[in-house]
Amino acid sequence: MGYTENELAKDLENQEYKFGFVTNIESDKAPKGLNEGIIRFISAKKEEPEWMLDFRLKAFVLWKEMTEPEWAHVHYEKPHFQDITYYSAPKQSKKYESWDDVDPEMKETMAKLGISMEEQQRLTGVAVDFVMDSVSVATSFKSKLAELGIIFCSFSEAVKDHPELVRKYMGSVVPVTDNFYAALNSAVFTDGSFCYIPKGVRCPMELSTYFRINEGGTGQFERTLVVADQGAYVSYLEGCTAPQRDENQLHAAVVELIALDDAEIKYSTVQNWYPGDKEGKGGIYNFVTKRGVCERNAKIAWTQVETGSAVTWKYPSCVLKGDNSIGEFYSVAVTNNYQQADTGTKMIHLGKNTKSTIISKGISAGKSQNSYRGLVQIHKSADNARNFSQCDSLLMTDECGAHTFPYIECKNSSAKIEHEATTSKIGEDQIFYCLQRGISEEKAISLIVNGYCKEVLNQLPMEFAVEAQKLLAISLEGSVG
Amino acid sequence: MITIKNLHASIDGKEILKGLTLEVPAGQVHAIMGPNGAGKSTLASVLAGREDYEVTEGSVDFDGVDLLELSTEDRAREGMFLAFQYPVEIPGVSNVNFLRTALNEIREYRGKEAISAKDFMAMVREKSAIVELDPKLASRAVNEGFSGGEKKRNEIFQMAMLEPKLAILDETDSGLDIDALRIVANGVNKLRSEKNATIVITHYQRLLDYIIPDVVHVLYNGRIVKSGPKELALELEEKGYDWIKAEQEAK
Repeated sequence: MGYTENELAKDLENQEYKFGFVTNIESDKAPKGLNEGIIRFISAKKEEPEWMLDFRLKAFVLWKEMTEPEWAHVHYEKPHFQDITYYSAPKQSKKYESWDDVDPEMKETMAKLGISMEEQQRLTGVAVDFVMDSVSVATSFKSKLAELGIIFCSFSEAVKDHPELVRKYMGSVVPVTDNFYAALNSAVFTDGSFCYIPKGVRCPMELSTYFRINEGGTGQFERTLVVADQGAYVSYLEGCTAPQRDENQLHAAVVELIALDDAEIKYSTVQNWYPGDKEGKGGIYNFVTKRGVCERNAKIAWTQVETGSAVTWKYPSCVLKGDNSIGEFYSVAVTNNYQQADTGTKMIHLGKNTKSTIISKGISAGKSQNSYRGLVQIHKSADNARNFSQCDSLLMTDECGAHTFPYIECKNSSAKIEHEATTSKIGEDQIFYCLQRGISEEKAISLIVNGYCKEVLNQLPMEFAVEAQKLLAISLEGSVG
Repeated sequence: MITIKNLHASIDGKEILKGLTLEVPAGQVHAIMGPNGAGKSTLASVLAGREDYEVTEGSVDFDGVDLLELSTEDRAREGMFLAFQYPVEIPGVSNVNFLRTALNEIREYRGKEAISAKDFMAMVREKSAIVELDPKLASRAVNEGFSGGEKKRNEIFQMAMLEPKLAILDETDSGLDIDALRIVANGVNKLRSEKNATIVITHYQRLLDYIIPDVVHVLYNGRIVKSGPKELALELEEKGYDWIKAEQEAK
C-alpha cells in the first residue's frame, strides 16, 4: 500500500529541529551563578538607575525565601540556579544607526528564522524589536511611532528614557512576590520590550518582538510591559524560536499588560521553542507569568499558539477590575514526543458586567502530556459577570494524555458561567474521507487540525496566522497513531 | 473500466468477500443489490482502499492499472470516487477549501498545474447547480450541520467537482426523501458519459427508477450470484431475496 503511516511517522521523527543552529557571535557574559554580586553586575552593565537596582535586590531577597511551585501537572528536573549564566550580551561596540550596520551573521540568523527585518519592514509594515539573547539589536519604525507619541523600545531603554512610566507600572500587575519564577525574573531580567500607547491613540501597525535564546546555558529572563492609556488600542505580537541544545534552558518571562479605561490590547504569541528531541532530551523550560489588568470598559485578548518547549507552565490571565471590562483567551497548545504543557488562564472578575471568554484547544501527540488549567473567579463585587469557557482536547495517539483542570470560584449569585469540554481522537474516518478524495495523509492532518483550531487561528493577525498554520503542520506531521 | 476477478477480502480474520468477480465497462452503470450482510459496503470499502480490510486473493484492474497496488489517495487520484453511505464531518474545514485541496492534489498527480481561484469558483458555481446545492453550503464546513439530504447531495457535488472515471455510490439513496432522491439521481445522470462508469450499491429498486442501470447484479454471501438487465431489480423488489438464497443453497 505504498508509504504507510508508520513510515511517515518515522521519517518525521528523524527530522531535525528546523531552527536548530547556533550563531557564532562573541558574547559578553556574566560568570555562572546567582548572588547579589551578579545582580549588581547586570544592573551596572545596563547602566541602570538606583531604583531599578533596588527593585532587583528586593526581589532577590524575596526569591531566596520562596520555593519552586510543584502543583502543575509536569515532571522535570529542576534547574540548577547556580549553573545558569544570567547575563549575556552580543559583543557590539555600539548600537546600530541603521539596518545596514547590523552584523551580517545576525542578519543571517534572522533570515534562517524567516523573519528578515527588511522583508518584515517592506512587506508587512510590522515594527520589530528583535531581542537576541538579552539585548535589543534593532528597533524599527520607531520614529514613525514616535510621531503618534507611541513608545516602543527595549525595556532597558525605557528604564533610562521613561523612568516615570516604568516605575509606575512595573510590578503593578505581576508583583515581585507573585510566584517563584516572577520573583526570579524581577531580580535578574536582562531585557525585554516596553510599549506605551498614549490616550486615544490607535496604534497603526502590529507591534512585534521576536525573542530568541542564543547563548548555550543562558537563562532568558524577559520582561515585557505594555500600557494602553485611556481609549488607546494596540495589537502586540510575540514570536519565539530557539536553537537546538542538549542541556535544558530556562525561560522565565514576565509580561504585564495594562489597559486603562476604554483601552484595548490584543496580545498574540506564536511560540516554537526547541521542544527537546524525540527521546525527551533537551528543550526549553518555559515558565512564564503573563497577566493583564483591565480598567473600566477595557479589553484584553490573549491569543497563543504554543508548539514548542519541553515543559510549559503558562497562564496568561486577565484581572477584570473595571466595570464592563472584557477578558479573552484563545489558545492552541500542541505537545508531541515527550513535551509537557500545563497551560490555561485565569479570569478574575472584580467589576460589574465583566465578561470573559476562554477557548482552549489542546492537541496531544506522541507520548506527550497536555493539560488545561483555568480559573474563573467571580468576586462579590462582580454583579452580572459572565464567563464562557470551552476546552477541547484532540488526541493523536493512544500514548499521549490530555487533562483538564477547570476551577470555578463564584461569590456572586448574579453570575453566569458556562463551561464546555470535549475530548476527541483524530478520526480515522476523517482521514479516510480525505484520502479517498485524493488528499495525502499529511495534508489531511493539517486540514483537520487547522479546522479544529480555527476559532483560535482566526484571532491572529493574518501573517501570524499563516505562520501558525505552518507550525501546526510541522509539529504534527505523521503523528496519528 | 474496472475488472474484478476472484476477489477475497476479510476484516478481523472474517472473510466477507469470497471470490467476487465483476466487470464494469466504460459508459455503463451497474447496480449491485443484495440482502443485508452480503458484502456490498465491504466491496466499496475494499475498492476505495480502506485499511481495515485485508485482500487475501484476487485481482482488480482499474483502467489498466493494478488497483490493489495503489494507496488509498492514489486510487482517488487515478479517478476512483466513493460516495459515502455516511459522509464524514470535518469541523472548521470549509467545503471549498477541502475540495480545492483535493482537486489540486489530483491535478498535481496528473502533472497538471493548480487550478486558479477564479476558475475554481466558476467550477463550484457550475457544479453545485447540478445537484441544486445551495452555493452557501459550499463555504460551510464539510458536512458539519448538514441534513441527511444535504450530505448526500454534497457527495454528488464533490463527485461532479472531481470528475472521476469510476464512481461508486454506496447506498446514496438511504435516508433521502423522494425529492432529494430525484435531485441526487438527476445529478448522477447528468454526469454519466461514455468515458466514465458508475457502480450503484442499493437496497431498493426505487433509486433505479431514476438511475437506469445497464446491468443489475445480485451480491450474496460475498459473491455475485446473479446478473441481469434492469428488470432483475423489479423482480427482486417483488419477490425479495429468499428465492436467490434458495437457489444458492440448492447448488
